[in-house]
Amino acid sequence: MAGTKLVGQDYTTPDLIAKVTGKAKYAEDFRAEGMLFAKLLLSPMPHARVVRIDTSAADAMPGVKAILTEKDLPGAQAGLTLGENVRATAITERGLTMEPLYEGEPILAVAAVDELTAAEAIERIVVEFEPLPFVVDPIESLKPGGPNARTTGNVWARPPATAAPQGRGNQAAAAAPTAAGSAPAAPGQGTAAPAAGSTPPETRAAAAPAPPAPPPPEVRELKWRTEDFAAAGDGQLPLGEATDGWTVGDLEAGFKAADLVLDETFVNQSTSHQPLETRSAMAYWQNGKLYLHGSTQSTVQTVSNVARWVGIKPEELVLISEYTGGGFGSKIPGAISMAIPALLSKKAGAPVMMRISREEEHYIGRARQGVHSRVKVGFRKDGRITALDLFVVGDNGPYDAQGDFRGVGDWVSLDYQPMAMRWRGVTVLTNTPPRTAQRAPGGLQANALMEPVLTKAAKKLNIDQVEIRRVNAPVGKALYGPPAGGKQRYVTSSFMKEALDKGAELFNWEERKARSGKRQGSKVRGAGVAISSFNAGSTGFDGLFVIKPDGRIQFQSGVGNHGTHSMFDVHRVAAEMLDVPWEKCDVVFGDTGKHLPWTCVSAGSQTTHAMTRAAHAAATDAIQKLQEIASKTLGGSPERYRVEGERVVGGGRSMTLAQAAQKAIALGGKYDGHEVPADVNAFTKQSAAALAGQGLLAVAKDSYKRDGNSVSHVAAFAEVEVDVETGQLTILEATAVSDVGTVMNPRSLQGQTFGGLMLGIGHAIGQRWVYDQHYGVPLAKRFHYNKPPTLLDKPMEMKFAALNIPDPETPVGARGIGEAPVGAGAGAILNAIAAAVGDEVFRRMPVTPDVILAALEAGKPAHEPLTTHI
Amino acid sequence: MEDTTTAASPGNVARRTFIKGVIAAGAAVSSASYLFRSATVVGQQASPGGPGSVERLITLNVNGQNRPVDVMKQETLAMTLRYKLGLTGTKLGCDRAECGACTVLIDEVPHYACSVLTHTVRGKKVVTIEGLAAADGTLHPVQQGVVEQQGFQCAFCMPGFVMATVGFLKTNPNPTRQELAHGVSGNLCRCQDYDKILTALSRGAELMRGA
Repeated sequence: MAGTKLVGQDYTTPDLIAKVTGKAKYAEDFRAEGMLFAKLLLSPMPHARVVRIDTSAADAMPGVKAILTEKDLPGAQAGLTLGENVRATAITERGLTMEPLYEGEPILAVAAVDELTAAEAIERIVVEFEPLPFVVDPIESLKPGGPNARTTGNVWARPPATAAPQGRGNQAAAAAPTAAGSAPAAPGQGTAAPAAGSTPPETRAAAAPAPPAPPPPEVRELKWRTEDFAAAGDGQLPLGEATDGWTVGDLEAGFKAADLVLDETFVNQSTSHQPLETRSAMAYWQNGKLYLHGSTQSTVQTVSNVARWVGIKPEELVLISEYTGGGFGSKIPGAISMAIPALLSKKAGAPVMMRISREEEHYIGRARQGVHSRVKVGFRKDGRITALDLFVVGDNGPYDAQGDFRGVGDWVSLDYQPMAMRWRGVTVLTNTPPRTAQRAPGGLQANALMEPVLTKAAKKLNIDQVEIRRVNAPVGKALYGPPAGGKQRYVTSSFMKEALDKGAELFNWEERKARSGKRQGSKVRGAGVAISSFNAGSTGFDGLFVIKPDGRIQFQSGVGNHGTHSMFDVHRVAAEMLDVPWEKCDVVFGDTGKHLPWTCVSAGSQTTHAMTRAAHAAATDAIQKLQEIASKTLGGSPERYRVEGERVVGGGRSMTLAQAAQKAIALGGKYDGHEVPADVNAFTKQSAAALAGQGLLAVAKDSYKRDGNSVSHVAAFAEVEVDVETGQLTILEATAVSDVGTVMNPRSLQGQTFGGLMLGIGHAIGQRWVYDQHYGVPLAKRFHYNKPPTLLDKPMEMKFAALNIPDPETPVGARGIGEAPVGAGAGAILNAIAAAVGDEVFRRMPVTPDVILAALEAGKPAHEPLTTHI
Repeated sequence: MEDTTTAASPGNVARRTFIKGVIAAGAAVSSASYLFRSATVVGQQASPGGPGSVERLITLNVNGQNRPVDVMKQETLAMTLRYKLGLTGTKLGCDRAECGACTVLIDEVPHYACSVLTHTVRGKKVVTIEGLAAADGTLHPVQQGVVEQQGFQCAFCMPGFVMATVGFLKTNPNPTRQELAHGVSGNLCRCQDYDKILTALSRGAELMRGA
C-alpha cells in the first residue's frame, strides 16, 4: 500500500462536530412518544434463591404499566459470543434471575409512567430470599471446606472422564486447545464473532490436525488440600490442583541451566470497565419490529445477540447505536440488559427507557478477571529465560468461564520467550459481578506479573533493564502459547527490540537510570521500562461502498462508534486507492436499518487490521468494475485504464467516477449490486441488495492470506517520584513506542497508545474493588471509591513514537493498537516504583501510598499477600 | 473506652444473623437512584402552600433564551435540561458529582448540573454545550481547538470538559498546561485520552486569547 495522501495523515473525523456541539446522540438521548421508564430491583445478597415475589402493591399503582421477571425471558441462550472467545453455556446469565449470584444482580424490572413511580413500585414489591452459601475470594473457595459460589460447584472444568487433566503437570492438558469455548466458528461467517482475546478463532481453526472437539466444560467442585496451603511459602500462592495446563520444551533442563531462579507471587485486582456512558437503552416496537437504541461497541455483530436475548429473529431487530460512550470490552456484543426495556416495551405496549445509574453499572457493567499468579523463572547470566513455570488462579465471577487466566500464559510466553514453559491454571467462580474481556484481557495481568520479576532479575544479575528485555524479546514470527496440535502459533511480525531501542533513546534512559533511586529530601525518583503485546487484527470480513452518480463515495460501516477513530480510518484506504478526496466521502454507520456490511466486532483491537483488509478488497473490486465500465464505454481493454483524479483514465480517453457510476446503474448486474460475490456474508448480501441500483456498488470479502497472528507490540518507559514520608506518587514522564505496522492516523495512534498506557497506569496506582468478605458485599461501587486516573494522575510529560514498519501479512500493513499498550503502562510504573523504593514493596496492584508507606516501615511487603478485593 | 460487650449479649445480635433474619422474613428492597416525576401519582400530591412547597411553573434563562418549564422541587438541573428542554448535550455519567460530564455554566461559573436543583438557578444565566457555538454555526474557540486537535475519543465526557474549560478560561485566560489540567481536573475521561484532551483545550485557550 503506497498511499500517502490519506493513509498516515492526521485528519478530522466526520463525527467530531456533532460531538463537540452536543448534537451527537447516545442511547439515553433518544425520546419516543409515550415513553415509559424502567427501574431494576437488585439482589441485596451475594447468593440467594428467590422464594416469593409479591407485586400486588405495585400492580395496584396507577402509573405502573408492566413488570418483568425471569419467566418472561427466553431460555438460557447457550452458544452466544460473550467476548474473548467465551461462549455462553446452558447456565449462562439471562438478565433477570430467581437465583441471584452476586449482590446487585437484577431480579425484576418495572416499567411506569415516570422514573419516580417505577422506583416507588420497586419499593412496594416484596421479595423473599433464601440465603445460600457465597464466596467472593477465589482462594477462600479453594480451601478445604471453603464455600462454593454456585450450588453445583466452584470451578469450570471439562468432565474428568474424557479429557481433563487433574493432576499437576498432566501433559494431556496440552491437547485441549481452548479454555471453555465450544467449537470455533469460521472467522467472519455466521453469527459467531471472533472477539477480543488471547486465542483468535482463526488460529484454532488453522491448527492442524484439528483435535476432536473437547467435551463442553461444566461446573464442578475443586478443593485444594491442607498440605497444598501448608507447602506454600510466606505470601506465596499454594500450588494445588489445576484444571488445565500445557507445557512446551524441557522445563527441568531449563531450570538446570539457570544461574538464577526466582519464585514470585503476584495478585492482579478485578476492575470494573467503568465506561463513562452506562448501558442505558431505549426500546419500542413498530410493525412487528424491535427498534433498540443502545450502547454497543459493535453495530452489526450485536444484532444476533440481542435477537437471542429478546427471543426474536435477527431480521426483526433494528439496532441504533450511533455514538457509544466507551466500552473497553464491556459492550462488545451490546449488553444483556438491553433485553429488559425491549421485553418491557412489548409487555406494556409503549416505548421504554431504562437508564442505568453509575451504581447499577458497577453491578451489571462487567469487570476484568482478577488473577492470582505464581511464577518460577530460571535466568541465565545474560538474562535469558531458560525456564518458566506459571500457575494462575482466575477470579471468574459467577457465570461462564472467562479466558484471562489462560491468556496470562499465552502473553507471558510471547513477550518473554522462555526456552521452556509450563502453564497451569484454574478459574474459580465467585459471587461477584460478571466478568468479561477488558482492554488487554490476560495481557495486562501477564505483564504486571512478569515485569517486576524481570526487574528483580536484572538487578541480581547486574544487567541493564532494557537489555534483559531485549535478550528475551520476541523477534519476527515469534512462537508463543500452547502447542496445540503439536505446534505453537506465531505472530506475523515483531519489532520489540527496535521499539525498546527507540524508546530508550526518546526517554533518555541512560540519564534517567543514573539518577534513579537517589533521594533528595523526602523524594526519590525511579525509572522503569516494560513491554507488552496484544492481539491486533482478524480477517475474513466484508467491505461495502457505493460510488454515487454524483461522484461521491458512500462507505457502509458495521463497526461501532466508541471513539477509536479506526472506524473512519479504514475507509481512507479505499479513498486513497480510488484517488478520491476525503471531502467527497461519506461514512454511513450506527443503524442496522441503513444496510451495513458484515464487519468485525469493534474489540480485540481488530478494526484497523480487519477492516483495512476489507476496504482494500472492496476498493480492488471497484477499480476492476471501473476499468470494465470504461472499456465498455470508451473501448479498448479494461487493463489499459487506471483510476486517478476522480476519473477512469487510459489511452487518452477518460470518464469521471460520476459518469462511471451512472453507467453502472445502466449496466446493472454486478456493477450496481444486483449481483454480488457468493463468498460474502449473508448479512452483507442483504445490505447490498438494499443498496443495489444506487450507483457503482463495490463489495468484496477479505480473502487475503495471512501467515501468523496479528499482534502489536509496545515498549514503555516511566519516571516517577515517590515521597517516602507520605507515600505520594507523581509520574513525571512516560514514553511509549508502538510497533503496529503501517501508521494510519498518527494523532489518534498516539491518543490510543497513551489511553492504553493510562488504563494500565490506573491499575498500577489506584483502581480496585473492596469487599466486605464476611457479608459478600462490595464497598467501592462508584467513581469516588474506585476512581480511574484523572488529569492530575497523568504523567506530566508524555512522549510517543511509532516504528511504522508495515506488517508483512496484510495488504495495507496496518494493525490495531487499542490493547497492546496496557500491560506496558502498568509494568513501567511498577518498575519505576521498584527502582525508587526497592523490590520489596509490593506483590500486588494497585500500589497505593499506604502500600508504599507500610512496606517502607516494615522493610518488606506489608499488605495481605493473597486476600482479594482489599 | 474499652468495649466490653460480648457476642452473646442481647444488645449485640450479629449483624449477619440480623440481616438474614430480616431478609428471610421478606424485606422490601430499595433501589432509589435517578428520580423524577412529570405527573403526581400515589400519595405524593403537591401540597400548595404546605411546608417547603415551591412554584412549579418557572422560567429559566438557558443559552440566552427564556424557557418556561414545569419543575418539581427536587428536580436537578441536569434532568430539566435533558428531559424537559431537550438539551441532551449535557451528559449524565454518575449523577453524584463524581465525573463532571454534566458540567454547565451558571452565571459563567462551571457547575455539575446533576447536583444543582433547578429551582436555585431562577434568575441566573445557564449555558450548555448547545449554547456555545454562534447562531451561524461558528464554533466557540474551545470547540474549535478540539476540532483542530481531534481531541477526545468516545466524547461522552466532552461537553463537560468543554464547559469546564470555557468557565475556567474566563478567570484564567492564560494558563500553563499544568494550570489548565488542574482547572478541569474535576472531569473524568474514561478513554484516558487526557494528553490529547489537554492539547486540544490548550489550543482552545490560545484561540480564545486571539479572538
